[in-house]
Amino acid sequence: MSRVAAPRSRTSLAPSIAFTVLALILSIGAYVIAGYGKRGQLPATFILYATIFAAGYAGALVVIRAFAPRADPALFPTAAVLVGLGFAMIFRLSGGLAAEQATWIVVGLIAFALTVIVVRDARMLDAYTYTIGLLGLLLLLLPVAPGIGQTINGARLWVQIGPLGFQPAEIGKVLIVVFLASYLTQKRELLQVATWRIGPFRLPPAKHLGPVLLAWGASLAILFLQRDLGASLLYFGIFVVMLWVATGRAAYLVIGLILFVAGAYLGWLLFDHVQLRVDIWLNALDPARVFDQGYGQLAQAQFGMASGGLVGTGLGQGSPGLIPFASTDFIFAAIGEELGLLGSTAILLLYLVLVGKGLRVGLRAPDGFSTLLAVGLSTLVALQAFVIVGGVTRIIPLTGVTLPFVSYGGSSLVSNFVLLGLLVRVSSGPLAPRGAG
Amino acid sequence: MERQIRRLGIALMVLFVIAFAQVNYLQVFAADRIADDPANAQRQLIAEYKVDRGSILAADGTTVLASSRKSPGDLRFQRRYPHGELYAHETGFYSFVFGRTELEQTYNDFLAGDAPELLQQTLTDLILGRPKQGASIVTTLVPEIQEVAAAEAAAEAGDVAIAAIDPATGDVLALVSEPTYDPNLLASQDPKVVRDAWDVLNEDPEKPLLSRASDELFPPGSTFKLVTASAALENGFGPDSLWPNPNELDLPLTDATIENFGGSTCSGGSQITLADALRQSCNVVFGAVGLELGADALAEQAREYGFTAEPGEDLVPFDIPWTSGVFPAPETFAEREPAVAISAIGQQDVAANPLQMALVAAAIGNGGVEMQPRLVTEARDPTGQVIAEFAPREFSQPLSAANAAALTQMMVGVVESGTGTAAQIPGVTVAGKTGTAQHGEGANPHAWFVSFAPAEAPEVAVAVIVLDGGSLSSEATGGALAAPIARAVLEAALGV
Repeated sequence: MSRVAAPRSRTSLAPSIAFTVLALILSIGAYVIAGYGKRGQLPATFILYATIFAAGYAGALVVIRAFAPRADPALFPTAAVLVGLGFAMIFRLSGGLAAEQATWIVVGLIAFALTVIVVRDARMLDAYTYTIGLLGLLLLLLPVAPGIGQTINGARLWVQIGPLGFQPAEIGKVLIVVFLASYLTQKRELLQVATWRIGPFRLPPAKHLGPVLLAWGASLAILFLQRDLGASLLYFGIFVVMLWVATGRAAYLVIGLILFVAGAYLGWLLFDHVQLRVDIWLNALDPARVFDQGYGQLAQAQFGMASGGLVGTGLGQGSPGLIPFASTDFIFAAIGEELGLLGSTAILLLYLVLVGKGLRVGLRAPDGFSTLLAVGLSTLVALQAFVIVGGVTRIIPLTGVTLPFVSYGGSSLVSNFVLLGLLVRVSSGPLAPRGAG
Repeated sequence: MERQIRRLGIALMVLFVIAFAQVNYLQVFAADRIADDPANAQRQLIAEYKVDRGSILAADGTTVLASSRKSPGDLRFQRRYPHGELYAHETGFYSFVFGRTELEQTYNDFLAGDAPELLQQTLTDLILGRPKQGASIVTTLVPEIQEVAAAEAAAEAGDVAIAAIDPATGDVLALVSEPTYDPNLLASQDPKVVRDAWDVLNEDPEKPLLSRASDELFPPGSTFKLVTASAALENGFGPDSLWPNPNELDLPLTDATIENFGGSTCSGGSQITLADALRQSCNVVFGAVGLELGADALAEQAREYGFTAEPGEDLVPFDIPWTSGVFPAPETFAEREPAVAISAIGQQDVAANPLQMALVAAAIGNGGVEMQPRLVTEARDPTGQVIAEFAPREFSQPLSAANAAALTQMMVGVVESGTGTAAQIPGVTVAGKTGTAQHGEGANPHAWFVSFAPAEAPEVAVAVIVLDGGSLSSEATGGALAAPIARAVLEAALGV
């Protein structure tokens, strides 16, 4: 628990600038190539979007240098490349969506900056364990509330207040991870005590299993109330992983896995839409069903990626428009089609770098809460990316979640920028060190 | 916690390695199989239409029958047929809804740039980021002859089909079927226009999509006497062999008889020569010749000319799908020997189309050697370099050179002083044979004319059919209706 904080020094400026400039070149470059691929000319919006990227990334760099000077210099640029590639793909699919995404990138960068500036010390958050937990829960459940909740594409995820529509669960996810980090840091000693054993596994007293069962129940409730398979799976996965990391008890993993299998089976038994998802997963390319709703969607994703092959058709040269939801849930397939195996592998590698950096931030954090927070946030990105990539490529049944930083969508993008801000904060340590906790 | 975090790192890495393995499977190992799934037709088509498809050219190498031009729509290139209906049955159409037909289909590898000969070109295009360019193909069609044939066909009230070939090479100089259609309608990039045009063309009772010159079969009538005469010559009956000349032929074992056209008696006495019988187109004599030769000899002769005994089997290869003539297998005459007499005059189970009959005429004119019909002579890469040549090929030798010369003289007689005088061209010796084919009770006859010229060294063989009596209704005869059309096409080909 009480590891001594490694002495930190301000990271040198050169790598920060180099990485950010590289991210900028890749982002603007992909967008310009998409413009040429689409219309054979420099996009008419070039000055506007190039300015947004240049000013936005430069601004983020300035904020990081000023308020989180010891942060890992690659964290923000890695996410920025993901954002840039996603934007190029969205621009290629629809100029209108690109305009909205550009707006959300601006909002997201502001949210990132505010997070880094306002949260001067990650441990500030540790003081509001239950406030944050409650807020997170409220945001998760908000769409169920009558009057403001909206059902879109079969899942009740949206809240509509006046002209403003957003998915509160996206930011709710981040808050829940903050809550879990705080809660588990406080309770980890209790949860670590093993009083009885089954086979090789030592288990804590039965009453401490309560939280696991509670989280399991909450995940099932999400599945019930919001019909959102992806989120349900994600929350439970994050919780079990964080519990295991906090306590070091493998038993929690085993129990979690058993509960997950049981929950998945229950969901399959009870819900037509879960059964359909599984059938679509197994039979997406069945000639008899390949044009049916759902099957065709997944089949188009397979066709797109297969047509892309090793090097892809080139941005603007393929037909990702044939893939339904190409800009959101299926953006990985669209990238696979136009940038080929090279592009899809690049996306996977960028996540690997981001998640690896995030876990490293956790390892180096001076206190338990910060460690668990960084690990939880990194795991959230990793699991969410895997759930949607695996769904689109038919490793697992498809559950609709966004591809973090890449997919079109304001709520998701802004939440991920907040998440990134928290990682950067933990990475850098408190702004005005008041001594290690 | 450190140990857990490191293990977590490994676990998450394993997840991404699984994802990496799966994208490798999808995008490399199984990529071709998945991308070629029939359900992926839309993407395949869009890719196909990215190719700057090669042109289809006339024999002169410059007249464009089909070409690609840039399109502003989702599909990058659009197919265009500058001459509309004129070459529709040869080029076929290239439609993103209904696929490809005729030359567009047969030579797709060249036109779409997939032929191995084009590999270097394709790689250059790829590296330079240019659209892939297909090869052009040069056809044997001669615009001057095709235009005259089409104009003649259009001027006749009835449906007309014409085939003109070069006897020495088998080159198809003109192939016309009226009514026809405009392939541009089916090459439109508006699916609604394409489907509407398709429906209209398919519901049209005149079946304009069908080429009567090569896809459909009709009784050849008296033009088939050329085949029967060939068999007679090959079996030792010379042009001067004498045959009984009654006014009707009793078919043994039946109540049926064969009469001459209009019930008349051929002139020349109680016995006439084979040559005179052909000149006057005597059914009675040729029925008797058929009976004398028998089913085996006739079937063998027909087969050598390319007539199949199995409808659907094409003995003679051709660049576009076609239907070769049909003559029944000899076994089918076993229980009804008299039917041989009817088949010998090109009725009942015998069937042909203008291309098949033009091949017969061409073989006779070419010293007895039948060449395969040829529609494409070469393919050229986008720089104009010839990358493939398709040489003329011999199909068979249905009759000896001497017999071919004898039959040619008999055919000259038909045009000089027989049923085919309407095909005479001043200064040119024309060899020909008329046909007036009955088909079904009450239907007006099909009028045929099969010919070649100049008889001594033929440059062109022409077969014409005017369906269902054409403008002359029940009065139609090959000599009156089809011969003048054949003459016009012969003149166009000979440049007189």
